[in-house]
Amino acid sequence: MDPMDAIKVTFFQECDEQLGELEAGLMALEEGTGDRETVNAVFRAVHSVKGGAGAFGFEDLVKFSHTFETVLDLMRSDKLAIEPDVLHVMLRASDVLADLVHAARDGGTVDQDRCAALMEELEHLALGDSAAPAPAPVAAVTSAPASPDAEPEPDEWGFVPLRISIDDVPLLDEPAAPASDEEIWKVTFTPRPALYAKGSDATILLRELAILGECDVAVDDSLVPSLDAMDVNASYLSWTCFLNSDKDEAAIREIFEFVEGDCDLIVERIVVSTPAPITAPMPVIEPIAPPPVAIVAPAPTAKPTAAPPRAAPAASKAAPAAAASGDGEGKAAANATIRVDLERVDRLIDLVGELVINQAMLAQRVAETGVVRSSNVAMGLDELEQLTRELQDSVMAIRAQPVKSVFQRMPRLVREIATATNKQVRLVMDGEGTEVDKTVIERLSDPITHMLRNAVDHGLETTQERIDAGKAAEGTIRLAALHRSGRIVIEVSDDGRGINRERVKAKAIEKGLIAADLNMTDEEIDNIIFLPGFSTASAISDISGRGVGMDVVKRSIQALGGRISINSNPGKGSTFTLSLPLTLAVLDGMVVSAAEQTLIAPLTTIIETLQPKPGEVRRLGPNRTVIAVRDAFVPLVDVGVALGFRKESAQPDSGVVLLVESEGGGRAALLVDDIQGQRQVVIKSLEANYQRVEGVAAATILGDGRVALILDVDGLIAQRVSETRAETQLAKAG
Amino acid sequence: MSMRILTVDDSRMMREMLLMALKGAGFDVVQAEDGEHGLEVLAEHGADVIITDINMPKLDGFGFIERVRGVEAHRATPILVLSTESDAAKKARARDAGATGWIVKPFDAARLVEAIRRVSA
Amino acid sequence: MTNDDIEFAQNRLELISFRIGEQEYCVDIMAVREIRGWAAATPLPQSPPYVRGVINLRGAVLPIIDLANRLGFGVTEPDARHVIIVVRIGGRVVGLLVDAVSEILTTTADAIQPTPDVACDAVKRFVKGILAVEGRMISWIVLDQILPDQSLEEAA
Repeated sequence: MDPMDAIKVTFFQECDEQLGELEAGLMALEEGTGDRETVNAVFRAVHSVKGGAGAFGFEDLVKFSHTFETVLDLMRSDKLAIEPDVLHVMLRASDVLADLVHAARDGGTVDQDRCAALMEELEHLALGDSAAPAPAPVAAVTSAPASPDAEPEPDEWGFVPLRISIDDVPLLDEPAAPASDEEIWKVTFTPRPALYAKGSDATILLRELAILGECDVAVDDSLVPSLDAMDVNASYLSWTCFLNSDKDEAAIREIFEFVEGDCDLIVERIVVSTPAPITAPMPVIEPIAPPPVAIVAPAPTAKPTAAPPRAAPAASKAAPAAAASGDGEGKAAANATIRVDLERVDRLIDLVGELVINQAMLAQRVAETGVVRSSNVAMGLDELEQLTRELQDSVMAIRAQPVKSVFQRMPRLVREIATATNKQVRLVMDGEGTEVDKTVIERLSDPITHMLRNAVDHGLETTQERIDAGKAAEGTIRLAALHRSGRIVIEVSDDGRGINRERVKAKAIEKGLIAADLNMTDEEIDNIIFLPGFSTASAISDISGRGVGMDVVKRSIQALGGRISINSNPGKGSTFTLSLPLTLAVLDGMVVSAAEQTLIAPLTTIIETLQPKPGEVRRLGPNRTVIAVRDAFVPLVDVGVALGFRKESAQPDSGVVLLVESEGGGRAALLVDDIQGQRQVVIKSLEANYQRVEGVAAATILGDGRVALILDVDGLIAQRVSETRAETQLAKAG
Repeated sequence: MSMRILTVDDSRMMREMLLMALKGAGFDVVQAEDGEHGLEVLAEHGADVIITDINMPKLDGFGFIERVRGVEAHRATPILVLSTESDAAKKARARDAGATGWIVKPFDAARLVEAIRRVSA
Repeated sequence: MTNDDIEFAQNRLELISFRIGEQEYCVDIMAVREIRGWAAATPLPQSPPYVRGVINLRGAVLPIIDLANRLGFGVTEPDARHVIIVVRIGGRVVGLLVDAVSEILTTTADAIQPTPDVACDAVKRFVKGILAVEGRMISWIVLDQILPDQSLEEAA
């Protein structure tokens, strides 16, 4: 990757972090938990975004962040009160800032009106508490990088703001706009020893002066003593500069502002009849010999050759040192972290996965030789297995990340839905530090987004309804993450109206999803909302809908070996609970065989295994079977048939049944030929090199090196359910 | 022995950028992410020129410069401030703290390198 | 390298030729990752007959395409003499089941003739051109449509 592209990537990563900090800080201030350092951190976040944006020439971003920063600076210096109205504008400004960052990254566009409106509000805030208009730097900072053609404003140190251009020749040598050649500036500059003692350099000041216009410099070395009489701490040189520039005296004096008091400076306007002395501008300055310790240099003259650059070609030598000391991110000693390329970690995890497979293969081969369990070989293998497991757990832990990265995007979402639905909502987040494998983190965002949309849009009542019901006008939504029995649990709860079970049930009956006379528990009714076909146009508003029903959310979660459920309390609110495995890299599975194929069923889906007895399996219609499990009849799915590996179903009583939980909390029974055992398997994607296959969640590699398929249990059942429904409909039609 | 530059900036991007620009110019580069860290790195590795940001957590640029100037070995080490700001009052503060120069971000690599060579000549 | 070499290199094509029944085919060598012997594949549910299943190649799961069947011949009954050519198609790594690999051919793009109009649809879909080498006819296979078209399969 081009180094600048790599830095750009870093910039956007950092922007995301800064935006998170910004939002978190503003919210802390809003809740009254912030302090002075919070304000500083918020300021720095915006400031940092601005700095980077300037480097890459993202003008809109620079402009907006500058205005934002100006307001934050007022807050930082106690000129603007920290109050809800102000913070509200800032929070919305942070949303716009995020949009601008993303537009800069993805090349998209932003809502210009919204951006302009927020800009205006910010400017208003900037004006609000202080009589002075928005601070002057607005124009200076934003205009300079905006138009490369315009002559950039040098600051008093003479460094002209430039967009970063590593490859380009800097503007340095471009001649300044020609000025009047009638009158020029004469600047006489005599440094005192103190100037050098503070680390300043006369040369650099002269160089900056030269940037103001065409400049001719003459050095007065008449005071330089002979070498043996020279005092290294003394100052012997003075310079006279003839500057042709349209800048005023203040601009010239500004250059020397920093060394004011440490030099003698005379600035005067003189008239010259010809521009001759100004014809050779920059090079004149370049060669001025170094200042105080001029011992090494021969007596300086006005035009020697260029000063020897120091240490220029030592790049290769410098690189390892820099890599060792400076390149390393963070403070190794302080917080003992290192930054590692994700690819390396992924590679390590892949390799450990291979090791797990290899270890299993080895164990299997050794077992096949008939070695007894108590032998040294077998015991050594046991230890190897143990170590391999631990190694795998440790490696997986490297890739674990806190869910914060997902959570921190949610306040904004809730704000936007709240605004769109005209509701007052407070989002409380908990357990942001809960860690989970990055493969899972990536998949959390969509379901959480959906659950939150649903909670604000459907869960919470309107403000008026809440007031009428005697509740607080502001609804509360809680988003929490926690670890529970080796899984990550995400809870989204609201204090809204709860599920209207009457209405849900009526609607489900109306849609033919359930039988009218079905006796259902409250929990079963609540879970109807996850049934395919329940979410319909009437339930899908602009907010929570987006055409995706809760059934799709549930399917996508189940595809990851996760579960989702809802618990509702009428009038008090609802809680969605989502649980997922901590990683999508490995899975605990039951190894089964069906139609001569070895398959893996995720252990989390299995409630129990049964050995069907003759008579427990009944036919239902021409080609459906059910199995009696205690006193309930559960639909039976022959896995071999469902996957198309065989046409005819096996004799149920010759096989084994896996009782699994299906959609809507109901159960189903999977018929397989045999169970081989339980083991942890490494999940391999089928989609990486092929495509999604119905009924199959993923693949893994067994001890013998062959590929085995991991069953998509819920997919298999859903498939059967939809087939049954189609048949029913056909029967009705016929 | 190439010249060693200490860069102090809380932005990873800015550090990367500086690293690229300075290493490319043949300097030895050590980096720190805030003022406090900068002092630690300076104590451990030393530096011939220091480039520092102003707005940083823990110890900001002004404080950092003051503390560096308090170290005998670095009383005259050139310190360049690299900041997006160009506010005169802040520059004055930096000068009073002991800064050698002020460069407005975004910086131009060639000019930055030149500035370093100049202040360290 | 002389200018002539550069010219030559730009135009040059390296192809791996292989047999399916009595016919010869070839693919661009740039797409070929490795060639390995036949190993039993794990069948995939609900797949077209030319998808033989998936195998483990050093930890990656890749599909095996019965190229003969894909080109409209019968289903291959593979044994130890059959060969899998591992190729990269877009971002995917796929195994092609063929009878045997013949040789590496070096030719130029100009030497490839268009597929005659008489060819059937399956052939026209996968054969990009015809190469005449010492009296043999070798069909140049394009790989980008070898995998099942998911949108079409699902619609069917």
